[in-house]
Amino acid sequence: MLHIDQPEDRGGPAQPLVIARGLAKYFPLKRGLFGSGGAVKAVDGLDLEIKKGETLAIVGESGCGKSTVSRLLMGLIPPTAGEVLFDGELVGSAALPAKEYLRQVQMVFQDSYASLNPRLSIEESIAFPPMVHGLGRTEAVERAHDLLDAVGLAPGLFAGRYPHELSGGQRQRINIARALALRPRLIILDEPVSALDKSVEAQVLNLLMDLKEQFGLTYLFISHDLNVVHHVADRVLVMYLGRAAEIGPVESIFAAPGHPYTRGLLASRLSMDPTKRRKTPPLTGDPPNPVNPPPGCRFNTRCPIAEPVCSNSQPNLAAIGHTIHALGHEAACWALVPGSGHSLATRKVA
Amino acid sequence: MRDDLLVLARDLRVKFTTGVNAVNGVDFDLRQREVLCILGESGSGKSVTLRALMRLNPPTKTIMSGTLELGGRDVVQASENEMSDLRGPFVSMIFQEPMTALDPVFTIGRQITETILRHENISRRKARRRALELLELVQIPSAKRRLDAYPHELSGGLRQRAMIAIALSCRPKLLLADEPTTALDASVQIQILLLLREIQQELGMGMIFVTHDLGVAGEVADRIAVMYAGRFIEEGPVADLMRQPLHPYAKGLLGATVHEGSRGKRLTTIPGAPPDLRDLPGGCAFAPRCTEAEGACLAHLPELRTPVPDRAARCIHVDDRPAAFGERLAS
Repeated sequence: MLHIDQPEDRGGPAQPLVIARGLAKYFPLKRGLFGSGGAVKAVDGLDLEIKKGETLAIVGESGCGKSTVSRLLMGLIPPTAGEVLFDGELVGSAALPAKEYLRQVQMVFQDSYASLNPRLSIEESIAFPPMVHGLGRTEAVERAHDLLDAVGLAPGLFAGRYPHELSGGQRQRINIARALALRPRLIILDEPVSALDKSVEAQVLNLLMDLKEQFGLTYLFISHDLNVVHHVADRVLVMYLGRAAEIGPVESIFAAPGHPYTRGLLASRLSMDPTKRRKTPPLTGDPPNPVNPPPGCRFNTRCPIAEPVCSNSQPNLAAIGHTIHALGHEAACWALVPGSGHSLATRKVA
Repeated sequence: MRDDLLVLARDLRVKFTTGVNAVNGVDFDLRQREVLCILGESGSGKSVTLRALMRLNPPTKTIMSGTLELGGRDVVQASENEMSDLRGPFVSMIFQEPMTALDPVFTIGRQITETILRHENISRRKARRRALELLELVQIPSAKRRLDAYPHELSGGLRQRAMIAIALSCRPKLLLADEPTTALDASVQIQILLLLREIQQELGMGMIFVTHDLGVAGEVADRIAVMYAGRFIEEGPVADLMRQPLHPYAKGLLGATVHEGSRGKRLTTIPGAPPDLRDLPGGCAFAPRCTEAEGACLAHLPELRTPVPDRAARCIHVDDRPAAFGERLAS
């Protein structure tokens, strides 16, 4: 009998589960009446590591490329450039063929209804992936029932129902159960709670935390909600227009953000205290169109501390933390690079 | 009746012919310059309540009853013509999705002047000048150029500003907002919220804001009404309600909201799901999910209790003797 269990750890705990290098995705624009078309640079040169057992969150506004990153890692779209290593093996190589990789990486989407087949019962939806990978029907259905239990839905009550008979929160639980059916090691959660009501959001977040423990999972958590990210993440990657603006441990980023965009984003959170309402918005304008990103640092058009150097060349991620808690805290801002020519940078040389 | 009263609702009910009881007896007043936030989850009836104020629910499928007056004029029985005169100069609304609320084939300027000309007897040139002033009021950069822009040429934030400009074009006394920032990015959301609050104060409008987000209510509201299964289950000043909610549902909602300091802890959740609006339980609609529920909760609908002036909750466990409330606060 065929078993589908979680594959064993090959590289050991120090080997990052995912390493992405120079990841890029350009979407070509249709050639119009005028001009050559060009391309939307949705992701433009991103390096990324996801450690085993952690939750890495990607935050950013619309058009920053966070969903494109998730689709690239999931293999749903081919990258324009770059490579992905999973537990030390190159994805698509002989050691780790695409099908084997896809079994170990699963995804949960924002729209819980659109991601379920309306003609399959809940039980069939969850049993489907293991059957594709060769598990017998009886075992697959049995596994589906176990998973329904694990996500807090009574199998006797829900197994035979169809997606339209369930609430949004219940459907999202089904999607999570289906993602677990192949015993993956990495789950990509793309705005998993954004469409849910607050009371249901809390239920699903609690469930995700429990399952991570129970099934030994690693999460890539994509969200625009900074409060949710602060709640669930171990490390945070802040993206702006296809580039990494800042990355680091969650406490370090929330306590001492290095990049002016991160500061603006954090300050844009709504206060839960009506006595401390702000008077002026921390950032002005909308994120620019990713078709024609501004030259130099992509944030320079909205940045409160932009200087000429910022529109001349593009900064790269550089370490900014000096304490043990800020280990691995990096930001891409000229104001943090000594000798860059930014007036705020020189003060930091000591 | 005081003449600064913009809205008076008593036992307002909205029922759909499909059998859904969306609004089941709502009482509230709104005065000039006051901002009320109706807070609730999907299906709580908050949007239907808001639409009822302008009578925008589909006329052939909606049964409205109770008392609803805007500036002393009855809305429940008014003719369509009377409603048209009310919409615009007295009350107007902004929506969640500007792209569907704006007409894609007309420029922003045209859509604003059209609204002004419909209600006021002034020349097209004057209307256009007013349109320009409005775009400046909502802080659209290079406003003159943007008058001739089509909705698709604007970013999400600018579109929402343009929609606010249209809503303000006839100088309404009451602005209704249905989740106007839910579709926006965080950095743009705070800009729009601050803009709305600034304009509301500058023009001295009353505003009713519908949202599912406590943070939004915290930024704009004077008062919050928490809605559940078509009823206001708690109402009070924003700071008091957010600091110390009275109703178990309001408490649950606050506890379930992810906020600073909740990291690493389990979130408190409200078990179960909201009731079916076609078949509401008798008594308190929240009782089946409530940890404090007892037999009396299901026997009949709890009265609104007022433990302190200005605050009210529909729960039999709220003590309506002010002295007892004070003791509980002190302990």
